[in-house]
Amino acid sequence: MRTLILKSASSYLLPVLLLFSVFILLRGHYLPGGGFVGGLVAAIAFVLDAFSNGLDKTKVVLKVHPGFLMPLGLLIAFLSGITPILFSDLPLMTGLWADDPIPVIGALGSALFFDLGVYLVVIGASLTIIFTISESA
Amino acid sequence: MLAAVLLGFLFSLFLVFSGTYFRGKLAVLSSLIPLSLFVYFLSYLPEVSNGEVIYQSYEWIPSFGVNLSFTLDGLALLFALMITGVGSLVFLYTSAYLKDHKYLDRFYGYLSLFMAAMLGLVLSDNLMSMFIFWELTSISSFYLIGFNNDKADSRKSALVALGITGIGGLLLLGGAVLLGDVAGTYRISEMLSSREAIADSSSYLLILLLIFGAAFTKSAQFPFHFWLPGAMKAPTPVSTYLHSATMVKAGIYLLFRMTPVLNGGDIWHTILIIVGAVTMLYSAIHIIFRTDLKGILAYSTISALGILVFLIGIGTQAALVAAAVFIVVHALYKASLFLITGIIDHETGTRDITQLAGLRKVLMPVAIAGFIAALISGGVPPTLGFVGKDLIYEATLHYGGSAVLLTVLAILTKILLFYGGFLAGVKPFMGKLPEKYSKLHLPSPLMWVPPLLMTIAGIVFGIFPGLIETAIAKPIAMTQVIDYESFHLKLWHGFNTVLGLSAITITLGLVLYFALKPKHSLETAIAKLDVIAPKTLLLQLSTGFEKFSTLWTNFFQTGYLRHYLSTIVAFLIVLLGFLLFSDFSLNIDFNTLTELTIYELSILTMLLIGVLYTVFTKSRLAAVAALGVVGLSFSLLFLFYSAPDLAMTQFSVDTLTVILFVLVLYKLPKYLNLSDTKIRIKHGVLSISFGVLITLLILRVLGEPKNAEVSEYYAENAYKLAHGKNIVNVILVDFRGIDTMIEISVLIVAALGVFGLLKLRLKTRDKK
Repeated sequence: MRTLILKSASSYLLPVLLLFSVFILLRGHYLPGGGFVGGLVAAIAFVLDAFSNGLDKTKVVLKVHPGFLMPLGLLIAFLSGITPILFSDLPLMTGLWADDPIPVIGALGSALFFDLGVYLVVIGASLTIIFTISESA
Repeated sequence: MLAAVLLGFLFSLFLVFSGTYFRGKLAVLSSLIPLSLFVYFLSYLPEVSNGEVIYQSYEWIPSFGVNLSFTLDGLALLFALMITGVGSLVFLYTSAYLKDHKYLDRFYGYLSLFMAAMLGLVLSDNLMSMFIFWELTSISSFYLIGFNNDKADSRKSALVALGITGIGGLLLLGGAVLLGDVAGTYRISEMLSSREAIADSSSYLLILLLIFGAAFTKSAQFPFHFWLPGAMKAPTPVSTYLHSATMVKAGIYLLFRMTPVLNGGDIWHTILIIVGAVTMLYSAIHIIFRTDLKGILAYSTISALGILVFLIGIGTQAALVAAAVFIVVHALYKASLFLITGIIDHETGTRDITQLAGLRKVLMPVAIAGFIAALISGGVPPTLGFVGKDLIYEATLHYGGSAVLLTVLAILTKILLFYGGFLAGVKPFMGKLPEKYSKLHLPSPLMWVPPLLMTIAGIVFGIFPGLIETAIAKPIAMTQVIDYESFHLKLWHGFNTVLGLSAITITLGLVLYFALKPKHSLETAIAKLDVIAPKTLLLQLSTGFEKFSTLWTNFFQTGYLRHYLSTIVAFLIVLLGFLLFSDFSLNIDFNTLTELTIYELSILTMLLIGVLYTVFTKSRLAAVAALGVVGLSFSLLFLFYSAPDLAMTQFSVDTLTVILFVLVLYKLPKYLNLSDTKIRIKHGVLSISFGVLITLLILRVLGEPKNAEVSEYYAENAYKLAHGKNIVNVILVDFRGIDTMIEISVLIVAALGVFGLLKLRLKTRDKK
């Protein structure tokens, strides 16, 4: 499957798709999108890269094993959930919102961090499964 | 009191880290633990004998009504003193008996674990905490029976004992839950006030049977008695402590404790009297056929437990007082006899009664202890055994119509127990000393002083029965008997029927002792009856169950994914089909349906082609690709019905699924042979009916009146509360965020599972 076209396309597709996945993640609160879909898109981007350039090269791009993204994501989601208890004395998972919107990202709230956690877990889990299976081939 | 209970647990925990120091000479010091507890409980004696009940409670799980509440009344104090008193002597004895054993520290750990659990059991006022301590005693008994873990025999006996007492524990839990439900509290002392409600409730019989089951398994009543002779595989101190003096009396304790609460009708008396009588006589007869000293003692213990159940069944004040005194009597003589047997075994290396004789010449103090123990056991004056035996006859003689029958049964049992006691306590020391034993010498005083002390106590209490009366009998009668009347314990009652019966018992017991010699031939003769013994039957039941479960497992666990899927789908079809068709009405208003558009029609065609191609293609890869078409068509459908979120997710998931499938299938060989037509038809029927059923189900759901309250709430508040305009996402990350949290955790577990399974295989392959 290492065709020249796919190979040259993938080096542009990977950053574009990753950017797109972040875009989907961020717009999720107002428009269709969100952490889950965003994570899947990012995972697809890496899988595509692995198909065209080989798994080893993708691993170099990733730097760490995708498995590490899972606990990281879970931790972020969890922390965003308990922040209200720790700082504002509100029940678990209460949405907290910054007063002023930030350029590009928009209004910043704890829900975004929760979604970021979901995003990371989805990338980590799908890549772990796919990489493990293709390595055992 | 919490500290008193916890002390044993703490000590065994302490031994885990510093056990090596306790294997040597320091081992003796560990007996300070039970001894200090004994003194502690003794200090409560004046208050308790005045009829006071000391109560302490510590909150544990208050929301379930489960607290660590401890009461110290006469009954609890009797058991607490017995546990710590016999415990101190056994701890002392062990330090010499298992001297320099490499696991001595472990042994002490188990023993003190047991002691703490047993104390917790008898002090608990809360049925739930009592259950927990109850189970802990079973578990520590398991460890102690299997202490010689390099012997297959010990391991098996330990498992049998754990199995039987474990089942009993579950029964107790069941009984406790039901009782708590009826009475509205788990506190036994509070249940007393609702005893009439309990007796009238519809689950009274069930509660009774559950509690009986627990007590009978723990206290080795017929037909569950057989674990106790097996438990004799444990080192002798364990047999002394757990399997004669304390743990096996936990069932008796439970019955005693429940007497004021449950003693409501004839069933209580009838069952207990019958089971007790069968047990006491059945195992007393068994004594005749035993030649192993510990075997004799095991069966006489079961018989004594039978007597106790029998007395509690009679349930009059006289019977309960007799039971309370007999508990003390039995603890004193049986523990001494066990310890004496341990000494004999330790010195001569055998417990075979036909080999042992004349040991008094070399083990004089032991012989004295054995002789007194036999006197107590036989109920010869002036020992406490005599007082106890008289009380038993007094109780049976005054039990209504069947007094004669019950008295005869009690006398028969007592004669056989007399025989058993003399066999174990006197026979090894009488006659001519065999040559091979002439070089024996007396072991360390740590071993022979404990039994001697206990037997002397038996005589002292016999001469001054007032001690037992004020300390134990009266406080117990005051709390456990509902219409309490004052009474007095006496050694000498004057010439009356009871005295005559006592004389008959002792005479016939002596006759039996001189006439009947234990022989191996008798033991082999009775072994032929083992085929119909409860032990064999129950063990066969358990192996049968094992075979059945193997068959059952092999039938369902074939290892083929298709079989699992077919089973699950078939089961769902049956279940759903039954539910749907037992109450089915399909009303679709065809007029409200919109026209089919050209887009929908083309997607439907695409779907259909995809499905048919998947089913009929001969290549795996093509099938996967076709499945991908089906999935993508679905995401288009979602898009048409204005669910862009779903469409996006479906699209990405489908892409990844196809990639995954390809990765897995890539490694499989090309289709070698497809399944034959018959199986294909079977699978086809299964899947089509499942699909039809799900369709019907969905149509049915659509026909139900909608409850839009929830969706309206989400729609209204998504922006107000969560600052989001995409309701789906707001639900995911905010309204139902904890669900999402758990879902991503599941995702992680799945990924870790795949990773672990495949990497494990990789590594084993690398090794080759």
